[in-house]
Amino acid sequence: MASKVIQALYNDDDVLMHAVKKVRAEHHHIEEVYTPFPVHGLDKAMGLAGTRIAITSFMYGCLGLTVAIVMMNYIMIKDWPQDIGGKPSFSYLENMPAFVPIMFELTVFFAAHLMVITFYLRSRMWPFKKAENPDKRTTDDHFLMEIGVHDNEKELADLLWETGAVEVKVTEKES
Amino acid sequence: MYTFSNRLRIGSFIAMALGAILLVIGFVSAPSTVEEAKAMVAVHEEGHGGGHAEATVESHGEEQGHGAQASHEEGHDASHDTHLLHQLQNRPWSALYVAAFFFFMISLGVLAFYAIQRAAQAGWSPILFRVMEGITGYLVPGGIIVFVILVLSSLHINHLFVWMDADTVAHDELLQGKSGYLNTTFFLVRAALFLGGWIFYREYSRKLSLAQDASDDNSNFVKNFRWSAGFLVFYLVTESMMSWDWIMSLDPHWFSTLFGWYVFASMFVSGITVIAMVTIYLKSKGYLENVNNSHIHDLAKFMFGISIFWTYLWFSQFMLIWYADIPEEVTYYIARFQDYKLPFFGMLVMNFVFPLLVLMNSDYKRVNWFVVMAGIVVLAGHYLDIFNMVMPATVGDQWYIGLPEIGGVLFFGGLFVFWVFTTLTKAPLQPKRNPFIEESKHFHY
Repeated sequence: MASKVIQALYNDDDVLMHAVKKVRAEHHHIEEVYTPFPVHGLDKAMGLAGTRIAITSFMYGCLGLTVAIVMMNYIMIKDWPQDIGGKPSFSYLENMPAFVPIMFELTVFFAAHLMVITFYLRSRMWPFKKAENPDKRTTDDHFLMEIGVHDNEKELADLLWETGAVEVKVTEKES
Repeated sequence: MYTFSNRLRIGSFIAMALGAILLVIGFVSAPSTVEEAKAMVAVHEEGHGGGHAEATVESHGEEQGHGAQASHEEGHDASHDTHLLHQLQNRPWSALYVAAFFFFMISLGVLAFYAIQRAAQAGWSPILFRVMEGITGYLVPGGIIVFVILVLSSLHINHLFVWMDADTVAHDELLQGKSGYLNTTFFLVRAALFLGGWIFYREYSRKLSLAQDASDDNSNFVKNFRWSAGFLVFYLVTESMMSWDWIMSLDPHWFSTLFGWYVFASMFVSGITVIAMVTIYLKSKGYLENVNNSHIHDLAKFMFGISIFWTYLWFSQFMLIWYADIPEEVTYYIARFQDYKLPFFGMLVMNFVFPLLVLMNSDYKRVNWFVVMAGIVVLAGHYLDIFNMVMPATVGDQWYIGLPEIGGVLFFGGLFVFWVFTTLTKAPLQPKRNPFIEESKHFHY
């Protein structure tokens, strides 16, 4: 289904921030903002819910730690115990200090990599995906705000021009 | 301007008085003869039982093993008893030393943090400079007290440092080899040099910091930046040597190359914790109106990060020694594993597991009571850390957290609070003309 959206382009992040605040104050729903770089405080201004990626990171870290413990227990204790440095590997607990670096590394490895993958998927980005970006200037020096149109085209356009937009256009959008 | 609240002042006096009384009791009740020492240990075993008695029994068992060679038995027993006497006599001194060093170390850690902020020209922290300067004010009395204890050790008034005993050195080739460095004269000269350098920087930087408020250009600020960068170089070398001298030399046969860093991590995290706690206290009393929760958040991030840094160093030191298993190195940990199980592992939980889990969440780092609670645990943990560094060498298995230890903490804690908050009253709590003060006021994460 195609929906009608109005797109306003800005060429300054401060102007954009004020515009976002103003549009929200007028109770219009901002669907998306495309920026060439992360704009500090934009998420709060848009009223987006706080990120939950830290929670996933914690869970991935716990998973990595568990994998390391199970893996080292299998490799070093169960499968092929060796006597390294006069410390025969008969007990995980007694040999634990030697495994701490691995436990640490895998915790970090899992947390970091899985968090990045989660972030990509949550942002709906995967290989061969067609770019959602409506205007390629937003990858250079322009900022684009997108608002859904519900028979209030004129009113919205006036508001957006007023907020300092350098370009306002209405397009159909596939969703 | 901050005025020292009466309740806090009276509280600090009470703590000092109570601590002094407990310390005196500790000193008076230390045994003066071998018989008294033996009687005390016998009572102790009956009275307390538990893990402690177990440790004593263990060492007795060992002794019997040795004693099996009949010819040795008597001489060994006698030397064991004098050893016990020395350990019990050392206990109040060690308690005094651990507490004196702990509070001194907090202000030294804050001084390092302050110098880093200055040298980095950090924008977020200038609003906290007066708090840091207040805490480093304790460097002067704290440093002098530690120095006096070291002088008393050199005068053989106490026996904390075995290498100071000429008789021991005469029978110990390793100590003879180290005597070019480890001799009382050079030891005291070094201590005076370290303390002199730190106190000089503190006083001079404070002077420049106050002068900057009244001046109409940034020359004081620039000067302070240069001195701070220079101080950091001096500090890193001297702090490391100080940790060898004042702590590592308690076990003069044992050495660890990263000991300086390890002690540094401990003092750094304790210092940052105290900055956060003093800031939160002052804020709760209506001062520091421009400090917002982003400042607290940053301090808590440092608490979290440096706690993990401390653990990293602790573990790096431990794992290499554990893996290599070289007898002269591993004795250090054997003493701690056998006789100090609870403080040793308890410290790891308090200094690592607790701050890791409590301060991990970003939102919790902005909740004042959360930061204070974590701070109390971290400070107690780092007191135990110093306790574990000092006690095994000086009192062996005769440790106990009793009157002299609590007295030491109360006395120096009271003195610390009194001195820090008195220093805070001496200047306005917010620097006026620091070039970064606007940025710091509006610091927002």
